[in-house]
Amino acid sequence: MSIFVDEKTRVVVQGITGRDGSFHTAQMAEYGTQVVAGVTPGKGGRTVHDIPVFDTVAEAVEATGADTSVIYVPARFAADALFEAADAGIRLAVCISEGLPTLDVLRAYHYYRARGLRFIGPNCPGIISPGKAKVGIMPGHIHRPGGVGLVSRSGTLTYEVVWSLTAAGLGQSTCMGIGGDPIIGTSFIDALTAFQADPETTGVVMIGEIGGTDEEEAAEFIQKNVTKPVVSFIAGRTAPKGKRMGHAGAIIAGGKGTAESKIEALTSVGVPVADLPSQLPNLLAERLRG
Amino acid sequence: MKIHEYQAKELFRRFGIPTSRGVVVTDPADAPRAAAEMGYPCVVKAQVHVGGRGKAGGVKLAKNEAELKQYAAAILGMDIKGLVVERVLIDEAVDIADELYLGIVLDRASKYPVFMVSAAGGVDIEEVAAKTPEKILKLPVDPAVGFWPHHGRRLAGFLSRDAGIQKQLADFLAKLYKLFLATDASLAEINPCVITRDGRAVAIDAKINFDDNALFRQADVEAMRDVSEEDPLELKAKAAGLSYVKLSGDVGCIVNGAGLAMTTMDLIKHFGSEPANFLDVGGSSDPAKVLTAMEIVTGDPDVKAILLNIFGGITRCDDIAAGLLAALKKMPLTIPLVVRLTGTNEDQGRAMLAEAGISAGVNLDEAVRKAVAAAREGR
Repeated sequence: MSIFVDEKTRVVVQGITGRDGSFHTAQMAEYGTQVVAGVTPGKGGRTVHDIPVFDTVAEAVEATGADTSVIYVPARFAADALFEAADAGIRLAVCISEGLPTLDVLRAYHYYRARGLRFIGPNCPGIISPGKAKVGIMPGHIHRPGGVGLVSRSGTLTYEVVWSLTAAGLGQSTCMGIGGDPIIGTSFIDALTAFQADPETTGVVMIGEIGGTDEEEAAEFIQKNVTKPVVSFIAGRTAPKGKRMGHAGAIIAGGKGTAESKIEALTSVGVPVADLPSQLPNLLAERLRG
Repeated sequence: MKIHEYQAKELFRRFGIPTSRGVVVTDPADAPRAAAEMGYPCVVKAQVHVGGRGKAGGVKLAKNEAELKQYAAAILGMDIKGLVVERVLIDEAVDIADELYLGIVLDRASKYPVFMVSAAGGVDIEEVAAKTPEKILKLPVDPAVGFWPHHGRRLAGFLSRDAGIQKQLADFLAKLYKLFLATDASLAEINPCVITRDGRAVAIDAKINFDDNALFRQADVEAMRDVSEEDPLELKAKAAGLSYVKLSGDVGCIVNGAGLAMTTMDLIKHFGSEPANFLDVGGSSDPAKVLTAMEIVTGDPDVKAILLNIFGGITRCDDIAAGLLAALKKMPLTIPLVVRLTGTNEDQGRAMLAEAGISAGVNLDEAVRKAVAAAREGR
């Protein structure tokens, strides 16, 4: 098992003919992901890396049975791509694109929730269940199949942690980046719920950062609902107030969203927070040994 | 993106929201002519993108022309929290009976635009929220549903008991919601909206922040940008597709990815120094970005050592190496440089650097320790 994506996942790539879309389609297919279709409006009938391209997601779903979409289209078209995927019967959309207007993401969030659908991101590296499927832009080779579930608001910091887990012999069930925007489709709590229910996942690494109160809400959720060991790292202890740190969502505003508040919330419910990412493998290994 | 109060008021008027009358001037000599429109007394207000203007002496009530000239001259050129006042708003002095707080924010927790209103206006709303939360009404309004009369009745009924004022406020709030959605705002705040002695609701202050991600479809908003309010190095970084924030330490860092960049700052502190900046070169693999990043970091006189930290994913280590070598050719370094390079195409990248006599490490903790030690020696 794993969460959200596995060897049965059938992927359609929205924006497959673009530079990033085409490059990562090849990477995902090479990893073993079933990439069954691509969509670029006006370019239906072509193929990219032998994968058929359609004008609309609806046609792609009808012809190939795709159930998951990955979005690589420019920011101004990405919200449209999200709504199109939902309307075409896609169960899970992974939005790699960054720079989507927040009000559009907000609308998509409620649209997906009301229909029992899910999207991950935007502005995220995607999701990988090692050895099964990679739906995103992360380097596949740093992962190993195993029991650690990983959820993070970051991209490269996630790779850093995955690499240290793999080096320490700790393989992963599923690793997902949920995105650095203020409003995102899938939260820490959604990931924790799925990891808790997944029999293959034995422990969870949660990587947060400054901004918002998602980590505080996750801490409360862990206390009530998660019995598997969880360890954490929070980025941005040295970030100044009121300044956006790269990610649109990484900002301490109105006194909310400090690293201290998140670390306090997590440690108070028994989730250890590492000072350095390199401490995470040992911290988790200790707890897995019980 | 932020705009000035006078610009926010112009936007309000465009949406039919009543505001105090005012004229902006950049020269104290123009102030009396501006005041002629509204008469005395009038208010002189500094136009800068920071809060706490009043406390800093940037807002004054002028009773006559002599006072007006004196205040306008004093406030123009004044330094408020590091920003120089280049414009003052000469604004109508309104006869105040009551002061209200009206606001809308994009709420991350509920994922809705949420109204926040209070009859305790004219003061710091965060303080009201902390001390007397019962004085604030919060009401989420789903944009898919829109603002309906019952929303207006609920909010206005909380703010006033007077039927005539309630009607005005409901209309006011409906227009504010429309403005919020139409301009892709992330925050709209009127503190205070006053009720005049003759029973009119008027915005006498106005603050709007906009979603940077939506500026591509908000040309009118983008046109209001005042670059003189923004840090020149941050602007240069942004134009090159980088995110940069100046900090007070002496270890400069260049990192790919915001999360890893923040973590690098935290590690610099953990190992005993302070970061000089946040700098994310972004996800794409473009040697030119590394060149600009090096220009920005070396341009900061506080920097005593530079740490380049790359974990390649989409970013390819050979592209980073090419960018770094181009930068070093253009501007020979006078301070130590520590390179940590791993991930996609790391062998090629490291080989390119080795040829130029630069050694690149793999381990993050080790690289940060080295950079911290190098900065200490350079002090």
